[in-house]
Amino acid sequence: MSDVLSTVKFDAEGYMVDANAWTPEIGTAIAEREGLKLNDRHWVVINYARREFTSKGQPPTLRAITKNTDVTTKELYALFPGGPAKMAAKVAGLGKPTGCI
Amino acid sequence: MKTMKTLLILGAGTAGTMLANKMSPKLDRREWKIILVDKNDVHAYQPGFLFIPFGIYKAEDVILPQRKFVPRGVELVTSEVEVVEPSADRVVLCKNGGVLNYDQLVIATGTEIRPDQVEGMLDGGWQHNIFDFYTLEGAARLADFLRNWQGGRLVVNVAEMPIKCPVAPLEFVFLADWYFRKKGMRDRVEIVYATPLPGAFTKPKASALLGDLMAKKGIHVEAEFNIGEVDSSRNVIRSWDGREIAYDLLVAMPTNMGAEFIERSGMGDELNFVPTNRYTLQSEQWENIWALGDAANLPTSKAGAVVHYQMEAAVNNLLSSMRGEKPTHCFDGHANCFVETGFDKGVLIDFNYEIEPLPGMYPLPVVGPFRLLGESVFNHMGKLFFKWMYWNIILKGIDVPLPNEMSLVGKSITAEERKTYLQLIKKGACNV
Repeated sequence: MSDVLSTVKFDAEGYMVDANAWTPEIGTAIAEREGLKLNDRHWVVINYARREFTSKGQPPTLRAITKNTDVTTKELYALFPGGPAKMAAKVAGLGKPTGCI
Repeated sequence: MKTMKTLLILGAGTAGTMLANKMSPKLDRREWKIILVDKNDVHAYQPGFLFIPFGIYKAEDVILPQRKFVPRGVELVTSEVEVVEPSADRVVLCKNGGVLNYDQLVIATGTEIRPDQVEGMLDGGWQHNIFDFYTLEGAARLADFLRNWQGGRLVVNVAEMPIKCPVAPLEFVFLADWYFRKKGMRDRVEIVYATPLPGAFTKPKASALLGDLMAKKGIHVEAEFNIGEVDSSRNVIRSWDGREIAYDLLVAMPTNMGAEFIERSGMGDELNFVPTNRYTLQSEQWENIWALGDAANLPTSKAGAVVHYQMEAAVNNLLSSMRGEKPTHCFDGHANCFVETGFDKGVLIDFNYEIEPLPGMYPLPVVGPFRLLGESVFNHMGKLFFKWMYWNIILKGIDVPLPNEMSLVGKSITAEERKTYLQLIKKGACNV
């Protein structure tokens, strides 16, 4: 996994600096580094997050994920323990979600 | 003879009422008519709701008839909105199935609390030992409850962001601390503040300051608490990650969402807020639709002060659009608010899309300087003075001598920070 990530730039908190440099292989490697083994359900969330980011320039909120995919909040927390919005953004190669004001 | 055109404003809250007052003298009455639609016939001074639970204001102190603020010549319609049909430029009302055609539409229907969006919140405990203070009824019922409460654990919970007036729950805990001390029962009340944010507030410098104040006042902050469920049979709230907090009294900031007709019209995001250009305030989808105040999905605070700062861009861009031109004026995300911290003190914070709240002084013409990010007695006076200003000046669209764009005058920052911020300001709101 270190091979895949060796050329990828991360910020101090482990978020990718350039979202455009992301590939599914990098996503899998980031997940492994965070202790996650990705399954189909993770990918539903990751693919949705990538699409949202491409069209809106921001990672989606939890509510957007649960409204626009078939993943429930409960499942999201099970898939991405310890904060699904941040963890999903991290694995999807997106910047840290900025909290709403 | 020209055909009459219609500027239709949905929502006669702070934004809709101000806009009607600002636009009214600028439009040729032979060409344009203004219609203002609201579901209520009274206007509430919403910043006053915070004081009702503590008996400082009563419900009747914060409401006045809607009509009092509607300028002459503007038609006021009291009805809920059934649906907006942007492709047909018309709005269907709930009352008598009325239909209003428009040439320009402004959506200013704000945000409302949705306790139904939090699992179990409406089961049993609601308005028995679970209250909100974002509605007049909720605030009044909470006042009744607090008057006779013998103490226990008070949990103040923010369900999810964004919420209207994001500092209000903090102010609530500060005022609660003050209220219970004054009643000589602070030792019988434990105060817990459970928030989905990583700290007391969203912006780092303000969060640090407000977090310190919380600690000083003996208020426990439970951070990154994303509520999943209220179990009112056991009086506990549970987070999605499994943490439980028991309460005797739960003061809830439920999920905030835009009006339901926005969802029915297919015009909203996942929280029914209207996707809006953050600078021009024009809808992302329709050129003759605009969203102001809390109803828009802008990344700034949902608060009355923001509406005040939006007006210049809103009025000028609407006028441009009416002439068939592109919008030219930009809103910079400017927000500020007084934060009540109890014991007749307050803190003022001031920020925009790019610049987080900074400590220092806020140079306010006429009223004088206010301390920023520091507690002072004067700030509290400012807040009380504001209620008078709101009824008599702001809603009526009379110009207030406050600069719309954020300034760095009086703010305590390093030379380095000043340089960065000045660059951000110089770029101008439209070019960030």
